[in-house]
Amino acid sequence: MYDTIIIGAGMSGLAAGIRLAYYDRRVCILERHNTIGGLNSFYRLRGRDYDVGLHAVTNFTPKGEKKGPLARLLRQLRFRWDEFALAEQVGSTIAFPGVSLQFGNDFDLFRSEVHRQFPRQKDQFEKLISKIVDYDDLDQEIFDLSTRQVLTETIDDPLLIEMLLCPLMWYGNGREHDMDFGQFCIMFRSIFFEGFARPLAGVRLILKKLVRKFRGLGGELKLRSGVDKIHVQDGEAVSVVLESGEELLGRKVVSSAGWLETMRLCDDVSHVDSSQAGQLSFTESVSILDCPPRDLGVDRTIVFYNDSEKFHWQKPSGLSDVRTGVICSPNNFAYDPDDDAQAMTDGVVRITSLANHDSWSALSEQEYALEKLRCYDDVLESAVKFTPDFRGHIIDTDMFTPTTIRRYTGHDNGAVYGAPRKRLDGATHLKNLFICGTDQGFVGIIGAIVSGISVANQHLLRD
Amino acid sequence: MTPGEIREEIIDILESIAPDEDLSELQDAPNFRDQLELDSMDFLDIVMELRKRYRIQIPEEEYEQLASMQSTVAYLEPIMKDMAKAS
Repeated sequence: MYDTIIIGAGMSGLAAGIRLAYYDRRVCILERHNTIGGLNSFYRLRGRDYDVGLHAVTNFTPKGEKKGPLARLLRQLRFRWDEFALAEQVGSTIAFPGVSLQFGNDFDLFRSEVHRQFPRQKDQFEKLISKIVDYDDLDQEIFDLSTRQVLTETIDDPLLIEMLLCPLMWYGNGREHDMDFGQFCIMFRSIFFEGFARPLAGVRLILKKLVRKFRGLGGELKLRSGVDKIHVQDGEAVSVVLESGEELLGRKVVSSAGWLETMRLCDDVSHVDSSQAGQLSFTESVSILDCPPRDLGVDRTIVFYNDSEKFHWQKPSGLSDVRTGVICSPNNFAYDPDDDAQAMTDGVVRITSLANHDSWSALSEQEYALEKLRCYDDVLESAVKFTPDFRGHIIDTDMFTPTTIRRYTGHDNGAVYGAPRKRLDGATHLKNLFICGTDQGFVGIIGAIVSGISVANQHLLRD
Repeated sequence: MTPGEIREEIIDILESIAPDEDLSELQDAPNFRDQLELDSMDFLDIVMELRKRYRIQIPEEEYEQLASMQSTVAYLEPIMKDMAKAS
């Protein structure tokens, strides 16, 4: 009998597991795949390491800073700041036709860029900043406000509104067209007030730290252990049945599978309304270059681009929508020169685009391969309007699509940020079943880890 | 444990909660919160660590006793005086 069974060995499940194992709870994490990470994972292909999910860790705060989610999660998981080996971004850009805004990890740069490009919006922008500073995480009513409405009431220039929404929606909005104002404030703080960083070794470093700590504390991790159902009796989850037929008993169960996905596992739930699922999924086109990207003038950490004045955040009607995207080069972080900089010999450019899960999954194997090539070309054609053309230097490519994301996250529609409606308290219809991760409300690597910690603290450790 | 040993133990707990924090200047009378930037999650950890190390159960309504070093030591002294220091 376990004290807690955790479904999913992604960032949130591992973080919850560490908290429980640290306080001597008997805890087991079940992972369907033969590797950990879920959405944030990594793989090796033709002799090269690739990251999935992570472009950058958000919420960067420097060593010694005690406030903010990064400091909090390090404390809660008993890591020293240095252990995540975070190197800061060199600088990022929001690029629209004819106008761009630069930003880095010092908010004053972004503020002066907005003042310079939108001089008439100076006071309005400052008014927005105070609203974001004043926003209280715990107020569900304010969380649910429409961001577009708040922005329209505060700022007159529609172009500035679209330019603010573009990066924040890209990095953490599961809702089409609009965004919950709470989510907007959380993302604004995490990206503009705090900032981007990355370990040289990528997401695998963070995952390995988490899993090592979890196991070191006596936690059990079972890979290749997909869950078939959560068995419910008298309003309580009593056991978890694996696809192999094995049944594990647990006093409490926490699932990072997603809200609808978890409901479907419960054997007392007969109907799940699949129309509540998230719709937004991505393709990612990865290019390996024969030189560091900055040698070609590709010197930004991240570029959020959009090819017209209006930013469309919605599921594409065809396979993909390449009008907007995110260009990230993992080479462009200020890595410590003492760190083995040779570890990243290849130049890498990753470009994310919006994609439609159903269209991709309807393709035959042959069509799928062909469409990947076609989509890759379209994506690069669009992206090089906003970054120097690096296409003559590509030596290898790879691409993942919504079907890949679906396979590794188990989310309906391969929805990267899960369902639009978040369940901030993590509670379900069963008193001993909870959810954490994407559908609990926090996204990104830091958000996911904080989600696991807070669900553990609120529901799993207080008895 | 003597009050001095209890204080040492609390310092040790704070060190484990916040490994990057410099505790050498910590004063006994002012609240932890004003000196250390601890939030409610961290307070839960002081309670949980005492339970983990010494099996001490502190009811939620008495958490406020742990606001400063002084009040914490005073609160724990009768509970811990017959205990040996955990290794």
